[in-house]
Formats: sequence, structure tokens, C-alpha cells
Amino acid sequence: MATGNSIRFLLGWQPRSLADCSPTLTVLEYLRKIERMTGTKEGCAEGDCGACTVVLGAVENGSIRYRAVNSCIMFVPFLNGHQLITVEHLQTSDGSLHPVQNAVVAAHGSQCGFCTPGFIMSMFAMYHNHWPQDRQSIDNALAGNLCRCTGYAPIVRACRKALGSPVEDQFDKREKHTIGKLSEFDAAPSIEMNAQGQRYFAPSTTHELGRVLAHHPDGRIVAGATDVGLWVTKHRRRLQTVVYTGAVKSMKQVNIDHGVIQIGAAVTISDAMAVLGEHYESLDELFARYGSVQVRNRATLGGNVANGSPIGDSLPALVALDARFVITSKRHTRTVAAQDFFIDYGKQDISPGEFLERIDVPLPEVGQEFRIFKISKRYHQDISAVCGAFSVTLESVSVQSARICYGGMAAVPLRAGNCERALTRYGLEPAGVARARAGLGRDFNPISDFRGSAEYRSIIALILFDRFIDELLTGEGSSVWQVRHA
Amino acid sequence: MSYLPARGQAFGKCGMLDYAPGKDMTATVTKPLPHDSAVRHVTGQAQYVDDIPEPMDLLHVWTALSPHACARIVSMDLQDVSSAPGVIAVLNAHSVPGENDCSPTVGDDPVFAEARVDFAGQVLFAVAAESEHQARDACQHARIGYELEEPILCIKDALDRDSHVLPPVSIRRGDPESALQNAANRLKGAIECGGQDHFYLEGQAAMAIPREGGDMLIHSSTQHPSEVQILVSKVLGKPLNAVQVEVRRMGGGFGGKETQASQWACIAAIVASKTGRPAKLRLDRDIDMLATGKRHDFVFEYDVGFDAAGRIQGLKIDMASRCGYSADLSQPINDRALLHLDNAYFLENISATTQLCRTNTVSNTAFRGFGGPQGMLCIERIIDEIACHLGKDALQIRRLNFYGKRTRNVTHYGMRVTGFDIRALTSELAGCSDYHERRKMIRRANQKNPRIRHGIALTPVKFGISFTTTHFNHACALVHVYTDGSIHLNHGGTEMGQGLFIKVAQVVAEEFSVALDTIKIAETNTSRVPNTVATAASAGSDLNGKAAQDAARKIKNRLIAVAARHWSADQDEVQLMHGHAVAGRRSMSFAELARIAQRMRVPLSATGHYRTPKINWDRSRMLGRPFFYFSAGAAISEVMLDSLTGEYRLRRVDILHDVGQSLNPAIDMGQIEGGFVQGAGWLTSEELWWDDDGNLRTHAPSTYKIPTSGDVPEEFNVRIWERGRNTEDTIYRSKAVGEPPLMLAISVFSAIGDAISSLSDYRQWPHLDAPATPERVLMAIKSIRDTEVA
Repeated sequence: MATGNSIRFLLGWQPRSLADCSPTLTVLEYLRKIERMTGTKEGCAEGDCGACTVVLGAVENGSIRYRAVNSCIMFVPFLNGHQLITVEHLQTSDGSLHPVQNAVVAAHGSQCGFCTPGFIMSMFAMYHNHWPQDRQSIDNALAGNLCRCTGYAPIVRACRKALGSPVEDQFDKREKHTIGKLSEFDAAPSIEMNAQGQRYFAPSTTHELGRVLAHHPDGRIVAGATDVGLWVTKHRRRLQTVVYTGAVKSMKQVNIDHGVIQIGAAVTISDAMAVLGEHYESLDELFARYGSVQVRNRATLGGNVANGSPIGDSLPALVALDARFVITSKRHTRTVAAQDFFIDYGKQDISPGEFLERIDVPLPEVGQEFRIFKISKRYHQDISAVCGAFSVTLESVSVQSARICYGGMAAVPLRAGNCERALTRYGLEPAGVARARAGLGRDFNPISDFRGSAEYRSIIALILFDRFIDELLTGEGSSVWQVRHA
Repeated sequence: MSYLPARGQAFGKCGMLDYAPGKDMTATVTKPLPHDSAVRHVTGQAQYVDDIPEPMDLLHVWTALSPHACARIVSMDLQDVSSAPGVIAVLNAHSVPGENDCSPTVGDDPVFAEARVDFAGQVLFAVAAESEHQARDACQHARIGYELEEPILCIKDALDRDSHVLPPVSIRRGDPESALQNAANRLKGAIECGGQDHFYLEGQAAMAIPREGGDMLIHSSTQHPSEVQILVSKVLGKPLNAVQVEVRRMGGGFGGKETQASQWACIAAIVASKTGRPAKLRLDRDIDMLATGKRHDFVFEYDVGFDAAGRIQGLKIDMASRCGYSADLSQPINDRALLHLDNAYFLENISATTQLCRTNTVSNTAFRGFGGPQGMLCIERIIDEIACHLGKDALQIRRLNFYGKRTRNVTHYGMRVTGFDIRALTSELAGCSDYHERRKMIRRANQKNPRIRHGIALTPVKFGISFTTTHFNHACALVHVYTDGSIHLNHGGTEMGQGLFIKVAQVVAEEFSVALDTIKIAETNTSRVPNTVATAASAGSDLNGKAAQDAARKIKNRLIAVAARHWSADQDEVQLMHGHAVAGRRSMSFAELARIAQRMRVPLSATGHYRTPKINWDRSRMLGRPFFYFSAGAAISEVMLDSLTGEYRLRRVDILHDVGQSLNPAIDMGQIEGGFVQGAGWLTSEELWWDDDGNLRTHAPSTYKIPTSGDVPEEFNVRIWERGRNTEDTIYRSKAVGEPPLMLAISVFSAIGDAISSLSDYRQWPHLDAPATPERVLMAIKSIRDTEVA
């Protein structure tokens, strides 16, 4: 297998080849410090404000797919094979503005202007993805871009204007040419780099990945780096060896096989949500509130699982849905039930040399009802104070099985055992529900922090349960969010 | 069936101002011209401090912060910091050539901690290195010994331990004690409101470039270049003329860069002075939020007496603010809170006292509204409680207490309220947005749906315009006309996104009757316009617009004389029109006129000055006319509340705001919409949370939640009041617009209260503090339900 020691990408339309570059150099730093392109800004260095938004172009099914990402927590080697587009690339050579830029100027969508390049790039991606123009879709797309001046109203107006009448831009016109250039980069699928003691591996098969990890058991496995990126930018951790899963093609696939949705560990949240939301409607709303477009375009379900963050909203869902994790090493492959995987805060059932290959989520059974609710200070792009995932299989009012899992109530996503037992034993009659509530009260002992007090968390856990029961019994949702845009 | 408001006009349609840039650049005031930097913003060409091409040999500076809120420093060993790779200089309190202080007021803000630390986040030392990474990494090698002391963290602790930054301030009129005793109704209550981080998208930043002879050029992201100049000169021990401060633009300010930009400029300057190399200090988000001050949180306890109709007869308010470890601007902020306790209401008998609490937290500072929003939140809560107590529409109580035209028209600090027609404005707003009809429908719907509840509220805004520190109310400008007819415009105001530069340029273009693109809007620089005041208090356009007009008029008069002489015409015949000088049938271009003036040896440069007239303020008696005039507006907010979970969302907002005759309606709309959303953030999702040791735990956007696009009301109808004119002689009869719209968001808080109150069938007003996070709302719901059951 060919292995290269450099990465290649297009900066706009200019080819770039970087040999042995640091695996933890962020794209933002690369742009600002090395390319001296200062249009892209740092607002938070943690992927929350979107001032650093850039767009990545990649060839998918014969055309270029454009995705907005946060450059502040993305490492440069991940650019391999992509087109990197920044705010500097949008004006045409004759100086005329891109339609999204024109729309922002005309709608008075910039005040201080610092967030503006990030908004422009998000809008550029929306423009190319033929994003719907309804308010909710626009809000979902802009949730990862913070503006402190305008109050967003003119930016939403600008979005509508730009998305309403799309015309071919210079990226469309040069698409064939760009695809040609990008396809030249495909020659060396595996990358291995060494930059002043820091090592980077981007294997292209699981076999190779297993081998790399066997040699470098302390290697830090990275997929989207939306979490690990912060270890570098915020916690100043020096990662000696970075092993990237994003080049392993088989781990970027989603298949449905024997009643199981198999999600490769390197599949982005954006791609995973499309499939999961189709089968579990309730996950649709959750994922729309999960990070931001920029984060979902890089973050992976696998990374969320493997890092075991107690604030990851997908984990309670995976436990409640009885997902299985396929864990592989050079020597073996084993399967762990989601609920057993999370041992303690920051401690998961995975050993050095092993990697998470796949997540298996069963398709819904007959009679299965699944809901997931999150409560946070802000609707969009906030981490839950409490997230509750509920899955029951019903036969009339009797409960055949119940799996209830909460995030935000303990150091790990935790099942509500007492509550589940009461439900399966006594069913959905009022007396059964009362016993289940009482059980829930005994299931958790949450802590107080800036996302919510212990008392509040306990109350909310009960309320989410009540909400679930209410939806089961009435057959309809009636929160303020569900009647949104009615 | 839940109540849903009629879909009126589409989102934002009222506010849509169509203006195609480039189509008509005839520069006149009152036109909705785009921001002068709009094209640079959208193309990434607009430069902020960190974007300026880095000079050779630039040093990168990083600061190390105290992890403790209150401690004595017993030892500071920085040896390993100094010897870390790439480190060129390490600075602490002993390295300051001049005075180790960067306080804007009383001298209690050390640049570097000396002997002790007084809040977690205080700067201990700074490292200058060849790269930012090296400077950051080196900071971790310090060995510092502390002797911990018990910190005072909250207002209650401070009051208990009698801890103040400055003495309390009181205001009094009439006889509140008797009025309270004789009142038919009396209510006592309390409300707290949290602080607010500015969250300007561009963090604090400064770059110092040494010049020959030890002079210093500072690029700073500051609202107050002259103060940066003064403080840099103080820490360097150099005269003011050795320090030049330049600001092209800020990536947002909101008050957060009024006083607290100085420290970073001072540190960069000390590094540059010590090493002879340029130095840049840019705070990352976490350091910015940990080390710089925020809006003051306040607590209010009130005792109000009112008659059967709801007219306030007597009011006593005890209030206190968390100032943090030093004075900063806490005194004028508390003054303004006292001066805005009335909002739009006549308070005949009032006494109020505010305590300026000293705590071991970051020093709180200016933030859009400057104490006004907090004072106004208190009186609006009082009005809501009175209305609830009497079972009346709160709008009716508000109207009843509004300032009168002929009587009941003097504020509690003795200023006559004129040019402020809040009755007409609220009537118009309530009428065109169906307030009464919607309120009825909401009440009906609330009876039918036990879970989803709606709430509505209209709140007014009256905001006093001028610095209460009277001698700040003046400005200078400098205008040059070059011999090709191009114009160079300088004034003391700074651009932070608010559109000051375009407004002042419009004024100057109007004066010369030239196209706007004739005018180069220059960055703010202390060597061109000296001794400026902060761009603050909403007064930027008022002050600098007039000053620039004055400068332009001087040149214009000279040019008219030149043209008259050239044509042997009467000066009265000569006019400047559309880029030309005209006298009867004779005409020449503005450029030609400039060339002729130069040949006649007439100077084409002038300074202008403006001082706000009519104001006088006796702070010792809290009496006089601190404000030139009042800005006004009103908003109706409607929320939808899930009483099961405490979550809510903002369905519809209608705003009518008085900006006088707008200098630029597009810019003003931006201030109104943006100010409202920022205010809504303060009162809903933005929560600052310190742990028990005094560490701020919400110091980044992952934990501190400012509004996103999804938090903007679904239907957002914003209008500038067509009838608005300033009765005072301001620049083109406009009114200030920077701060006042923020307080329109109090209507959101009141509407949430209204929705919760419905759960008691409107018998009780909830004890809701701000910000109204889903947690606080849920707890308020619980408390109301518990009392209803009892």
C-alpha cells in the first residue's frame, strides 16, 4: 500500500502540498499565520462561535459537496484531498461580490463585521446545498454562528434573499476543473508524517489502523477533533501521536443489515443523523440541536462514544436503543453493549491498541416507542442540563421492555433501573406510572453545576419522564418546540 | 387548541429597508446607507488589531492569571518561565517603569498583581516570546506561593461584611415614609438580576510598536483611545505626547472596551518599551471572560404604596450592586441606575439607596445601558406586581404612572421631562400591533390549555442622553480638504460596529454637498484628534457629528469666500451643490474650488468642537439636568411557555422606537434590533456562574449562552417612529440610539412573568429573577403552584 508523507489540498484553486506538517496545527492558525490570510477570525477557539468558519469541498458522487466547518479546532492534515474555501475566495477576479456577500451588504447584515466572514461561509455552504428558506431551517444552519451586534434579523433576511434566487457562481463554473484537480490527490491513500517528534498516521483500512495502533498504543485516535481539538487549543495538551480515522473508507459508511443500522465510527453526525432520524423521528429534533452544522460536519458518533463525554447527547440515545459497539484491534474484534461501555467519567471499556470500528443500532421493533428530550439554557447549540432517552415496547398498556437512560444526571450516561423495572412490572396504568416515578427518584443523585442545580436536575428528570408518558398516552407531542412554526 | 397569534406581516418585513449600494451614493443625512465597511466585512478585508500585518521581530505576549479569588502572594518564582523556549521577557509588578496602575478612576487597578490577588483571573505576570505558543506554554512554569484568605463573592457576603468599593449613594424626593403609610395599598418585594458578559466577537487586543526616541504607537481595540494613551503614558512614565493610540475599528465593544482595553495596551507597551521590539497581546476568549469586567448584577428590595387605581404614591428601594474588586466605573453606573429607577414614571415620593459592593470577583464595568437597564427592570417589576395585585392590565398601570405633559413632569432628580411623548408612542404601538385584542385572546387560550401558557407585555423605555459626568460631554474633529477635492475626516469617536463613522461622514458630505465617496473616513488617532472622551453613553453621533459639522462649516465658509472672490460675486450668491460651487450660472467642481483656494493660500483644514449645551448636574445633591434629552421607545413581547418544563420561546415582538429624525435609518434599525436581542439575552439565557471558590465557570461560548438566530422572535416587527423629532438642537434633530433599545427587552421578562402568572389565574406575580433560565422559570412555576395548592 502506498504511503505518503505529505498532504495535498486546494486552497481555493491553488494546490498546496505540505510535507511533515504538525498534526495539531489548526487550519485557522495555518490560514492566519502561514498563509497570512486574516479574513478568517478566531472568536472562541472551541468551535462554538463560528467566526472561523471555512468551507470544505470534497468530491461525492461525481460532484463537489460543500460543507461548513470550524477551522479553529480542525487540524491541517485532515484537509488532505479537499478544497479549502475561505472568505477571501468568494469575490470574483473582477471584484464583484458573491451573491451571499451582496445579500449581507444589502440587508445591512454586518455591524462590527468580526463574525461576518464566518456567516458568509456558512451562507456560502447553504447556497451550494440549496438550503430551504424557511426560518427554522435557516436557524438550524446558523446556530453555529454567533453575532453580538445585529440580533440576526438582517442576516436571516440576507439568507432568504440569497437562497431565493441562486445563480451559477464561479465555484459551479469551475466545478469540473476542481474535481479534476482533487482527483489528482487520490494517489497515496495512506499518510504518515513526522513533524519534530509529533507523528501523524492516516491509514486507509481497518487492518492498517489496527497495525498502527499495535505499534503506537498510546496514539490518540482522532476522527473529527471537535473534542480533541479543544485539548490542544484550550488545555494545551501536546499530542505526540495522532491517528486519524477519517481516511478509513469502510469506517465512513452506513449500512443496514439484518435489522441493524451499522454506522462506521468515522461517519459524521451530519451523515449519521440522516439515517437515524429516518427510523427514529425523535432523534431528528435532537440532532438539529446537537452542536451546530459546523460541528456536525466534523464530529462523529464514534468520537462521541469513544470519548465517553457525559455531555454528549447521543449517548443516552444509544444506551436506550440498546446499541452495540464493535471494537477492533490488530488481533481481535469484540462487541460491547452501549450500557456496559461507559465505566466512569472519562473511563470507557476500550484498551490501548483497540479502536471503535462501528456502532450498531437496532431498527425499531413493532410496538417500540422511542423519545429523546433535552433541556438546556438555550434551544440551539447548547449542552443539556439533562437529556432523557426513553424506549419502551408496548402491548396495549403493558410494557414488554423499557430502556430509559439519562445524560447529565451522573458521570456517565446511566439507565434508570428502578424506573424501568416498575414500568415493565406495573405498566402504564396510573399506579404503575406512579411507581416508576418513585423509582426514578431513587435512580439518580445528580450534582450542581453551571448547567443546573442538583434539585433542578432531579425535577427535570421526572418532568421528562412525565412528558414521555404523556406523549405515549395522548399520542402527540405538545411542547413549545413541537408547535414551532405552526 | 392552543392560541397562536395571527401571522401578521412576514418576519421583519416592517424593518426591511431596501437600499442597493452603489445605486445612489449622493450623501445626505436621513438616507439608509450601508455601513461604510460593509463590503470589507463580507470579503474579510476589514482589519482588526490581530489582522494588521505583523511587523518584523514582533513579540507575542500572554498573561498568567490568578487561580485564587483572595490570597496573599508569598512568593513568585518566574525563573523557569524566563528560561522556557522562545521567551524574551517576563514582566510582573516590578517591571513597570512608571506606575503599576491602569484604573480609569480611583487608582485601584494594578496592571500586575502586587503582593496579593483580589479575584480569580487577575493578571499575575506576562510573558513575551517569539511565538504565541511559546508565550502560552512558558506561563505554565511559574511557581507561585499563596496564602489563601476567605473571599467575598456575592452581594450578600459583601453587605454582611460591610465591603464596599465606594460609599453608598442615595436619592430622595418628597416624603416616601408618609406616602407609604397613607397609601391604600402596599407591596413589598425583591428582584435580582445577573450580570452579562459583553461577548464582543473580537476579544481584547493591542499591539505596541516602539518608535524613535522611545515613543510608542499603540494599535488598540478600545472605545477610549485617549484613556489608553493616558494609562500607557502613566505605566511607561512618559509624557502623553510620546504615546500615540490608533483604532481603526473594534469587533464589538458594548462598553467592555471603554475602560478595560487599557490593561492589555499597557502590558504590550511595557514589553515594547523594555525590549525595543513590537509586541502584541491578544486575549483568547477564556482569558477575556475571566480577566475583564461585565455588567453589574444588582439586587433590589422595594416597598411601594399605591392608590386603588394603581398610581404609585410612595416608593422605597434598597439596592446593591456587585462591583468586583475595584471601583472602575461603578460609581457612575450606580448613579445611572438610581437615575433610571423612574423609567417613564412619575415618582412623587421616593427614596432609594444603592450599595457599591466590593467583592473578590472581576471588576464590573460599563455595558450598554450602564446601570440603566437594572434600575428600569426594578420599576417594571413593581408595576407588574401592582397590576397583578389590582387585577388590572399592566399597560393601564403604566399609562397611569407615565410622566405628564404639564404636571407630574419632573424627575426625581429635578429634571423637567420634555420632548418625550411616551403616551402617544405607546398608544400607537398598542394600536398597530393589536395589543388589547391579543391580550384578551391569550387570556382565553390560557384558560383552556393547562400546559402551554402565553404571556404578553408592553414596556416603555425612557433613557437619558449625556454622560452624567458633565465634563465628558464634548468632542473634537479635524477635517482636511485636499487639492483634488477629496476629504479626510477625523474625529474622536471610535467605530465598534454601531455605524458612527458612516453617520458622521454623512453629516460632513451633507455640509459640503459632495458624494459620500469623496470622504475618507480615517481611523481614530490621538495624534490627530487629542483629548477625546470615550465613545460611550450613546452620544457618539451627537457629539462627533456636531464637532465634524463645525469643522466642515469652517472650511465651507472659507471656500465660499474663495469662490466669491474668484468670481467677484457676492458670498450670498455662492452655494455648494452636488459636488460643485455654484453662483448663478457660474459653476465649478469642488476639486477646482479646492485648487483655487490653495492658490489663494487659504487653509483647507479645520478643527471643530462641540459641547453639549444646557446640562448641569450637582452630584452632591443628585439634582439638576444631567441629560440633554431623553430617548424613547416601547416594545410588546409575546411568549409561549411550557409550564411542564419551564421552557419558553419568544413568538412575536413589536417595537416602536423614537430616534428623532434618523441620520441613517438602516444603521438605527440595526441598533434597535441588535440592542433588543442583546437585552433579551441578558434577561433569558446569559448566566454567569461562579463556583464556591470564586472561579467563573462560564467563560466561553460552550458554557455562556448568548442568543443565536433561533432565539430571535419568529415575528419581529420593528419600526422607527415617524413622528420622532428631537426638540433639542441635536445634529439634524436625531436622537441617540446605541443603548436605549437594549431595555426594550424588559418586555420579554415581563411577558414571561405574565405567562407564569396565568398559572395562578393571575392572582400572583411570580418571584422570578433574571436571567429567566428554564431552571428559574420552572422554580417560579413550582413556587406559584405550591402557593396555589396551599
